[in-house]
Amino acid sequence: MLTAKQVEQALDRLYKAATDQVPRDAAVAVVGIRTRGETLAARMVGRLRADLPGRTVNHGILDITFYRDDLSRRRGAPLVRATEIDFDLDDAWVILVDDVLQTGRSIRAALDALHDFGRPRVVRLAVLIDRGGRQLPIAADYIGKQLDVPDNQTVRVKLKENDGQEGVFICSK
Amino acid sequence: MAKREFSSARSSAPVEAGEDGQFVWTRKDLLGLDELSERQIVHILDTAESFKEVSTRSIKKVPALRGKVVGLLFFEDSTRTRMSFELAASRMSADTILFTSKGSSVAKGETTLDTVRNIEAMGVDIFVIRHGQSGAPHVIARKVKSSIVNAGDGSHEHPTQGLLDIFTIRQRLGRVKGLKAAIVGDIAHSRVARSNIIGLQKLGAEVVVVGPPTLVPPAIKEMGCSISHDLDEILPQVDVVNMLRIQFERFTGAGAAFPSMREYANMYGLNAARLKRCKKNILVMHPGPINRGLEITTEVADGPNSCILQQVTNGLAVRMAVLYLVSQAAEK
Repeated sequence: MLTAKQVEQALDRLYKAATDQVPRDAAVAVVGIRTRGETLAARMVGRLRADLPGRTVNHGILDITFYRDDLSRRRGAPLVRATEIDFDLDDAWVILVDDVLQTGRSIRAALDALHDFGRPRVVRLAVLIDRGGRQLPIAADYIGKQLDVPDNQTVRVKLKENDGQEGVFICSK
Repeated sequence: MAKREFSSARSSAPVEAGEDGQFVWTRKDLLGLDELSERQIVHILDTAESFKEVSTRSIKKVPALRGKVVGLLFFEDSTRTRMSFELAASRMSADTILFTSKGSSVAKGETTLDTVRNIEAMGVDIFVIRHGQSGAPHVIARKVKSSIVNAGDGSHEHPTQGLLDIFTIRQRLGRVKGLKAAIVGDIAHSRVARSNIIGLQKLGAEVVVVGPPTLVPPAIKEMGCSISHDLDEILPQVDVVNMLRIQFERFTGAGAAFPSMREYANMYGLNAARLKRCKKNILVMHPGPINRGLEITTEVADGPNSCILQQVTNGLAVRMAVLYLVSQAAEK
């Protein structure tokens, strides 16, 4: 669906939109949802630190496994990884990052998880792909690329750091 | 659900790989380390690593087991294991109910199985069972649908203690493979020894058991470990020494296992003089409760090589991981 070049352009759009609105006086925290969101957040943090020298840009990682509402519907348990938020979330300007937004359930879980760590001033949602198919009243604030994908297909985002290649693919289930 | 014949057969599902070929936990019971593969043991330890983080949060609670009921069935006394499981369950938002045999229906003559079935009928998802009879959790696992976690059965296994010991070794020494560990003391009555021997060997460590002949059954060799009756000879060779508690309450029948407490302490107790002859970074462990001055002196138990309290802290993370994993595997 998207080539490496198009992913780069989408990420650039996403970055600009997400960082444009950050007020000067706010502590910024970019929090990625494991696994691909974590990678996207790490890239965003790197660029933001270069663009905003002297300002604190915190980087967090959320593992939302414990907060999922489909915990009891899955069979077996893959490895849960730790959540890493070792900074103060209170009053922070949080940019929550994920690769694909579909049902909104991951984001619901991520918001619950975030609030166990503190009370951010604002939480904005940035996603690389919005593929539609929402089941909860959740919307992204910043979107890299909007795709209309039927429910019976899966959107896979591949990133260099995780998959050795870059691109967005659509597969049949 | 698979047909239930043997506990081990029913809880191992054939598929252990999920999406992306990732390893997936599929056992709904944890009865012992004997039935686990190296990969499964490592999976529990890695999961526990993630659970450690939960205890460092300001809100030390995650909703992973919300709505689940954990039944703690302690047919035999316990303080730390019971409290550790209880806290582990509440950190994951489960409800707990506690059963101890003292002053209960057991005193009225009810069989163990009837007790468990009655409590299961109230809607319990996971049973954590400690029992004086070896194999009791295995028998129960065959008869109930809920997940079973063995919290110590007779002198057979104490899997979560074995796991937390290995977790602590891995944390302090950075690895398990290639290490040499001594388990010292009352091997004959110790389920902790058995779970440690099995788990450590599966992860590639070498184990030697040390103690007086009366407390070290020769057949323990069949588990793959070596035997020594000379602590002073073994100590300089090992990276880990696990000092077991002398379990006076299990000494039954005629005669004592050793002439006097003083002689035991002289022969097999860990003191400062002995520690000096050990490797500098030797890790000193004890599953608790300690008989101070008998198997270990206060100076050593509270010294820099000791990780006794760290074991207790890690026990919480390991038990959270175990409760989480078995509850996930129990679902369809």
